[in-house]
Amino acid sequence: MLKFTAEHEWLKLDGDVATVGITQHAADQLGDLVFVELPEVGSTFAKNGEAATVESVKAASDVYCPLDGEIVEINEAITSDPSLVNSDPQGAGWFFKLKLSNVADANDLLDEAAYKELVG
Amino acid sequence: MTDSGPLSTTPLHALHISLGARMVPFAGYDMPVQYPAGVLKEHLHTRAKAGLFDVSHMGQVLVTAATGAVADAALALEKLVPVDILGLKEGRQRYGFFTDDNGGILDDLMITNRGDHLLVVVNAACKDADVAHMKTHLTGCTVTLLKDRALIALQGPAAEAVLASLAPEVAAMKFMDVRDVTLVGVACIVSRSGYSGEDGYEISVPSDKAEELAKALLAHDDCEAIGLGARDSLRLEAGLCLYGNDIDTTTSPIEASLEWAIQKARRTGGEREGGFPGAERILSELANKTSRRRVGLKPEGKAPVRAHAKLFADAEGQREIGEVTSGTFGPSVEGPVAMGYVPSELAVPGQQVFAEVRGKYLPLTVSSLPFITPTYKR
Repeated sequence: MLKFTAEHEWLKLDGDVATVGITQHAADQLGDLVFVELPEVGSTFAKNGEAATVESVKAASDVYCPLDGEIVEINEAITSDPSLVNSDPQGAGWFFKLKLSNVADANDLLDEAAYKELVG
Repeated sequence: MTDSGPLSTTPLHALHISLGARMVPFAGYDMPVQYPAGVLKEHLHTRAKAGLFDVSHMGQVLVTAATGAVADAALALEKLVPVDILGLKEGRQRYGFFTDDNGGILDDLMITNRGDHLLVVVNAACKDADVAHMKTHLTGCTVTLLKDRALIALQGPAAEAVLASLAPEVAAMKFMDVRDVTLVGVACIVSRSGYSGEDGYEISVPSDKAEELAKALLAHDDCEAIGLGARDSLRLEAGLCLYGNDIDTTTSPIEASLEWAIQKARRTGGEREGGFPGAERILSELANKTSRRRVGLKPEGKAPVRAHAKLFADAEGQREIGEVTSGTFGPSVEGPVAMGYVPSELAVPGQQVFAEVRGKYLPLTVSSLPFITPTYKR
């Protein structure tokens, strides 16, 4: 199941673990990324907590945790090569895997059609 | 400056839109921050080939003495700028700054001897204040802000070939030369200078021919339009100050490490020693050093350290020593670059300091500027 947030993150749910990244729209708006900072495995975040930082030449931006949960895996490939986020944001450019505190919370997020309507 | 009110546009505004630029408000103008290629690729293109920048928002000002003698205009302007302007030869340009009575910097500027008058180029955000300042203090001179001219910068190793395709004579110009050149059938003023650390030109062109000229330059295979985003990362790698960030009324030219721009004639013991606002402090600082200095800062890790990050002497954030004034990722350096102010005893290349970024204290090395090797055609 694929879900989206209004803050331009996507989540792919597999049981109680969600793989999280930023959307194509977000990657396009940010431009070429030159730095990514990921959270530590084992850290916990509340919904909308600042979980990661991405930087383009011009500016730094926060990536928010889409739901309450614990980080169980991070994608080190994007810290060594941030351009992966631009070239494949919804695939190889994923950020982290989040073990959700309450899987049912995901039902409140946007589905793909609703997100597409949001970004026009 | 306020952010309210309608934005001004430059004569190249329609061209920016047609090229797909992302427009942002800058110094009261609607300006292109980037084009579809993006800041990173635009930066690298400028260092590899040639970039065209619209800098028409900057102020182009004529200073003419009532006597008709450029020497009189030079002597008048020397009362506001601690630079040897009288010694500036016809067809040559020089960097300078307006100082205030406290020895701070009101704006930085480029000054050209045009034979019978001076041409001054000032920052967009300061231009109205600069013109008022000059009108008040340049007695015996007429000060005219040109309203009908655009300014186009062409920067990069291919800039000479691109501009020479329209006017072969520009190839013979040297760094900081200024010439009258006919481009697309109209008289332009061309200087061999810029703000990128690369060889290049700045072209003052009548507004009604600016788009035609820009299109003629962009028609060259090596020339692409470049936005303000890349202009900032290029100038920072080149170690050049941005007024309002790295220098302002709270920084003296000596604190800002700009003493190279104050020639011997204006220093203690020179032919026209002092005689500019804040001279007492500035000449004293030249002789006795300052308590802080602007330096290059190279973050040791991969994280960019941005403007306003606080600097510390230690990794625990106990002793605050200064602030980063500009910082970004340098695409040509392939890593973060910054500059800022540190106590003079720490302003030594190789010295380690720390910057607070998102609650961590990241190590930076004090570095000599520029971060790249400039390719000015001397």
